[in-house]
Amino acid sequence: MSQEQSQTPSSLITSEEEWLADQVRRSVWTGPLSKFIDLLDLIYNWGRRNSIWPMGFGLACCAIEMICTSATRFDIARFGMELFRATPRQADLMIVAGTVTKKMAPAVVRLYNQMAEPKYVVAMGACASGGGPFKEGYNVVSGVDKLIPVDVYIPGCPPTPQALLYGLMQLQKKIDRQSIRDVPWYRKGISEGVPEPILGPDLMDARRLEEITALAANPEQLAARAVQFHKPTKGEKKE
Amino acid sequence: MAANAPAVTETQMPLNDPQVVAEKIKTQYPDAVEAVSAQGIVLKKDRLLDVARYLHDTLAFDYLNNVTSVDWQDHFEVVYHLTSIDRGGAPITLKVNTARDNPSVPSLVPVYRGADFQEREVYDMMGIRFEGHPNLRRILMWEGFEGYPLRKDYKEPYYEEEKKPFGSRWDQGYHVFAEDRNPWHDNVQYPAHLDALAYKPPRESVPVIEATQAATTRLRTDKIILNFGPQHPSTHGVLRLKVTLEGETVRAVEPVLGYLHRNHEKIGERNTYLGNMPFTDRLDYFTSMANNLAYAITVEKMLGIKPPERAEYIRVIMAELTRWQNHAAALGFLYNDLGAFYTPLIYALEERELILDLFEATAGSRMMCNYMRFGGVARDVTDDFIDKCKYLVNERLPRRTDELEAYMAKNELFLARSKNIGILPRDLAINYSTAGPVLRASGVKYDVRRAEPYSIYDRFEFDIPTGTVGDLYDRFMVRIAEMRQSIKILKQALEQIPPGDIMTGKKNYQVRVPKGEMYGRAENPKGELGFYVVSDGSANPYRYHVRAPSFINLTALNQMCVGHKIADMIVILGSIDIVMGEVDR
Repeated sequence: MSQEQSQTPSSLITSEEEWLADQVRRSVWTGPLSKFIDLLDLIYNWGRRNSIWPMGFGLACCAIEMICTSATRFDIARFGMELFRATPRQADLMIVAGTVTKKMAPAVVRLYNQMAEPKYVVAMGACASGGGPFKEGYNVVSGVDKLIPVDVYIPGCPPTPQALLYGLMQLQKKIDRQSIRDVPWYRKGISEGVPEPILGPDLMDARRLEEITALAANPEQLAARAVQFHKPTKGEKKE
Repeated sequence: MAANAPAVTETQMPLNDPQVVAEKIKTQYPDAVEAVSAQGIVLKKDRLLDVARYLHDTLAFDYLNNVTSVDWQDHFEVVYHLTSIDRGGAPITLKVNTARDNPSVPSLVPVYRGADFQEREVYDMMGIRFEGHPNLRRILMWEGFEGYPLRKDYKEPYYEEEKKPFGSRWDQGYHVFAEDRNPWHDNVQYPAHLDALAYKPPRESVPVIEATQAATTRLRTDKIILNFGPQHPSTHGVLRLKVTLEGETVRAVEPVLGYLHRNHEKIGERNTYLGNMPFTDRLDYFTSMANNLAYAITVEKMLGIKPPERAEYIRVIMAELTRWQNHAAALGFLYNDLGAFYTPLIYALEERELILDLFEATAGSRMMCNYMRFGGVARDVTDDFIDKCKYLVNERLPRRTDELEAYMAKNELFLARSKNIGILPRDLAINYSTAGPVLRASGVKYDVRRAEPYSIYDRFEFDIPTGTVGDLYDRFMVRIAEMRQSIKILKQALEQIPPGDIMTGKKNYQVRVPKGEMYGRAENPKGELGFYVVSDGSANPYRYHVRAPSFINLTALNQMCVGHKIADMIVILGSIDIVMGEVDR
C-alpha cells in the first residue's frame, strides 16, 4: 500500500509543463548533435548516391563503353544514373571517358567549373587515369588529375561496362562515407574554380605561370630538375 | 569537274602503271617529270598544278586518295595518291620535293577540293606551306603551338629514345617516370625565355563569308557566329564547329579539329611495326577489327607474305561483323541526332553486344581487339564460334536489319527530315575525296573491295549499293543495304571456311620490313582507310601515315550544310558517321 502511494505522484502529470516535457520525451528523438548530423548524412548520402546524374561527356573510345553501359544489357539505370545530362550545370558526375588532350584541357576544366556542387569526377580508363597508351604523345595530358581532382580511377583500355559499374559502386561507397561536416561544398565563402590552363607554345597550367617563367629564364636550374635514367650494373643495389 | 571532263579514251588498266602515266605527262609537259620509279613519279614543284590538272581532266584521275609528306632529313617530300573512280585499281603516286628551309609546294585545292584538310594537316605537322591554299592554318594543334611535330628533329616532352623498344624498359624495376625525366615534371616543354605571365594567345579567326542574296522574307535576320562543341551531345565526340548563321540558316561551317589528337603518327614512327597494331584499334574505335585488317594487309604487301586460307576467312568474317555493327550503331546515332533520343540506338546496340561477345571470345577484348597479325591472326576462333556466328548471321542480324529498316526508314518524320537534305552531287563527292557510304550514296559505285580487291573479297558475291541523289536519306539507305550485303558475305564465308593454319611462318613480334614504301587501303565501314608506310629497313617504320576516311569526309561538311537549317546540320553531321578517334588520330 505504501509502495503504491509512493509511486503514484511521479506517474501523474500535475502541471502543463510536465505534460509538455512528457510529450517531447515520447515523440521527439533527442540526443547529441553529432548523432543527429550522422542521421542527416545518412539521408543526404542515400539520396545523393542513388540519383547521380552523369554528364554526357565522351572524349574517346571509353565513351562507347559508357554508352554500352547505359544500354539495355548493363543498364546503368539500376543505380539511378541513367540520366545523362548534356549540360554540366545539371550534372553531378563527370565521367572523363577518354584521352584528355592538351587542346581539350581548357574545355575540360571549364566544364568541371560549370558543374554545380556536389560534384564528382571519375577517370574512366587508362588515358584519363594517367595518359594510357598515348602518354608519350606531345598533345596528351598525363591523366586528368593533373587538371581537376578525381574521385575514382577505373583501369582498363577501355574498361568493360562491368568495370565501369564497379567503379561507380566505389563512388557510391565514397559518397556514403561523406559527411556534411567536412565536405567542401558546405564551407563558408565562395568555392574558387580550378583556373583554366592556357594554350600557349605548350599547355600552361595557370597555377604555375610564375614557376614556368622563372624556370624558362634559367636553363641550368631547369636541366638539373631532370632525373636521368641510370641503368644499374651487376651487383649494384636497387634503390 | 568530272562531269565536264572530256570523254575518257583510255579506260584500260595500263594507266595505273607509273611508267605509262609518266610518258603521258612527258608528252604534255616535257620538263615536269624529274624521275620515275615503281615508287611513284617525282614531279617538278612548279609544274605540279599543271600536271594535276592534266591528270584530272584528261587521264580521268579524278579521285585524290591521300596527301601526306615525308621528312627525309635533307628535304621534304609531299606524296599524293591518285586513282580513277571508273578504272579502279591501285593508286598512282606523285611526289614533289621541297627544300627543308622555308618549304612550300603549290596547293592542289583548285583541282581536288579533298586536299583541303589534308594539306592543312601536312602544314600543321610538317610545316610545309601550300601556296594558294584558301585557309592554311593549323588544324590538329592550336594556333601558337611551338614546333612541327612530325618533323624528324622534333622531340616531344617525354622523348626518351628515337626508337622502341627503349633501353630503359629492358631491366624490369629500374624505371624512371616520364614525369621525372622531363625537367618541367609534366608533359610540356617551353621555349627558353618564355614569359608565361605576359603570354597572349593569338586571336581565333572567324570564317568570313560574302554577303548573301537578299532574304526571302521580310523578317530581318542577323548574322551570328555560333560556337558548337567541343562538348555537345551530338558532335559524336569532341568535334567543334564554328557555324555562321543567318537567322537559323547555315551560311558557313568550319570544323575545328584536334581535340582528340593523340599523336598516332608520331607514336607510330617510334613504335615497332607490330607495336602499332593495338594503336590502330583506337583509330576508329567502332571498327577495330577492320582497322587491324587494313594495317595488316599494308605491311603484308611490303613483306610479300600471304596469310593462310583459314586466316583470310576469319579476317573477312571479323571485318564484315564489324561493318554490320558499325552501321547499326551509326543509324542509331543518326536517330539520336534527329531527336529520337536513345531508343533506336538501344535496339541497334542489342545485336552489337552479341557481336562484341564473339570478338571477346576470340580476341580477348570487346572493342580493342588487336587481333590481326602480319601473316595471319593472333589465335584461332573458339570451337563454338562458327555455330554462334551462324546463328547470329542467319537468325538475328537479318531480322534486326529488317526491323531497323521498317521502323526507321519508313518513318514519316524521318522522311520529311532526310529527303533532299544535305545533298552532295556525284562530281563533288568525288572531288571532295569522300569515301565509303557518303561517296556511294552520291551514286558512285566505288568500293575498295571491288576496285582493288584485298584479302579474299574477290571470291564472294556481293553488290555495291549506291544512292541516286546523294542526300541524307540515300546515305541512310546505303548503310541499310550494306548491312544486308555484309550478311550475304558472312553467310558465304561461314559456309566456305576451311580448317587449317592461322599463321604464315612462326609468330614474330619484331618483323623486319624491306626498304620501300606502300600505300595500302581497305574498305572500312566509314570509308577507305589507308596506311602509308615508309620503311628504311629497320624494325620501325620511317613514316607512318593514316588516311582517315572520317577526317576527309568532313571536308565536304560545309558543302552539304550551307543553306540548310541548323537542326539539319546536326543530322547531316550524323549521316557522315564520323568518329573523332579517326578524325584527329
